Amino acid sequence: MTLANKTADIAAAIKLIPDGASVMVGGFGSPGTPFCLIEQLVKQGSKNLTIIKNDANQNDMGIDLLLQNGQVDKLITSHIGLNSNAIALMNAGSLEVEFVPQGILAERIRIAGAGLLAFVTDVGIDTSLANGKQTITLKGVDGVAGILETALSADFALIHAARADTFGNLSYAATAQNFNPAMAMAARLTIAETTDIVPLGDIDPDCVHTPAPFVDKLVHLPELTEAYNVIKR
Amino acid sequence: MSSNAKSRMLSRAAQDIAPNMIVNLGIGLPTGLLQFLPQDFPVCLHSENGIAGIGPQVAYDDADRNLIDAGGAYISPIKGASYFDSATSFAIVRSGRLDLTVLGAFQVAANGDLANWMIPGSFTPGAGGAIELAQKAKRVIVTTMHTDKNGKPKIVENCNLPLTAKNCVNRIYTDMAVLDVTDNGLLLVEIAEGNSLQDVINATAAPLILPQAEPPTF
Repeated sequence: MTLANKTADIAAAIKLIPDGASVMVGGFGSPGTPFCLIEQLVKQGSKNLTIIKNDANQNDMGIDLLLQNGQVDKLITSHIGLNSNAIALMNAGSLEVEFVPQGILAERIRIAGAGLLAFVTDVGIDTSLANGKQTITLKGVDGVAGILETALSADFALIHAARADTFGNLSYAATAQNFNPAMAMAARLTIAETTDIVPLGDIDPDCVHTPAPFVDKLVHLPELTEAYNVIKR
Repeated sequence: MSSNAKSRMLSRAAQDIAPNMIVNLGIGLPTGLLQFLPQDFPVCLHSENGIAGIGPQVAYDDADRNLIDAGGAYISPIKGASYFDSATSFAIVRSGRLDLTVLGAFQVAANGDLANWMIPGSFTPGAGGAIELAQKAKRVIVTTMHTDKNGKPKIVENCNLPLTAKNCVNRIYTDMAVLDVTDNGLLLVEIAEGNSLQDVINATAAPLILPQAEPPTF
């Protein structure tokens, strides 16, 4: 037996993303952000996208390029404080922003990837972010109430990995892991980019972070672009 | 706030970190506590973007592009550090593994309510991980200027900004004072050098419980 080769051309992989798609994008700040896949999506110009990303990157980087290009209707995120353009678009009413507490965002994505429908939590119960959400009182636990948080899936996930084998087993580096593993699980079609694609067997099975069954397309980057560099503030 | 007053506040707040705690330092001022800990101090620093065991910040030329803290500073790991994904990182937070978190504030109320994610109509950066940190860490301390840039008190009877979490703050360190949130209200614990009791009372928009004796300075 052997395992499928999922390597794909970047243009062919991103071409699968139509207007109106929901797209999860890995990364926390710059680490783990798939800048090349995003830039290809900008080039392609798919419109009316819903983007799900922990943050809005910084001005002129990553998903800010999608925002500047008018491709995004809605952003589901935890924090946009480092991107003044995203804040301005939100304040002007031209970008809908749904804020989710960061760990709840991660868990909503993770449970979608785990095939579950919802979970109950008291996180945010005293905040305006709980408005409109269903409140659940747990039976048998005296008066414990929580809010129902629903699973968050997407049509596509764009993932940046440090390393992959040709079947799509992925490993990540340091804090570039962040939202990538959960998002890779939660999308109907997952596209991963990496500079380092190795033959089957070259990633120790014990060292796989995202198992290949979650990965559909694997894009080889010949080299990292400037966007991946250390940011000097 | 003068850099002296800021340093004094941060160095005083750093004394809240006991040996062998697991601690999360919020973005902004709280990260500054680190410079006041001895280099070999035993503490596990967690950052919500996926590391436990943060070491010193590194210069840009030595930075690893994949290794930052939640505020975006390039950091190094100490021996024994671990990396994990965001869902695991918040499992650590929500399950109560953090002994202490240090957060910034737009407003803190006398009952420990915290508002630090949204100023409607002007600045809405989002809460990031602050809601979970404020609600779930065993001890929550705030480091903040006593008043905002227009001189308005940030310590108030009731928050009028959207809340991050209710009744979560245990202690407040400012450039003017150290205040404890108690069941009966805010207890004045210490006063920063150069400020009178009346200065602190005037800059605070909530009643203060005064200690029996003259409060110590820091």
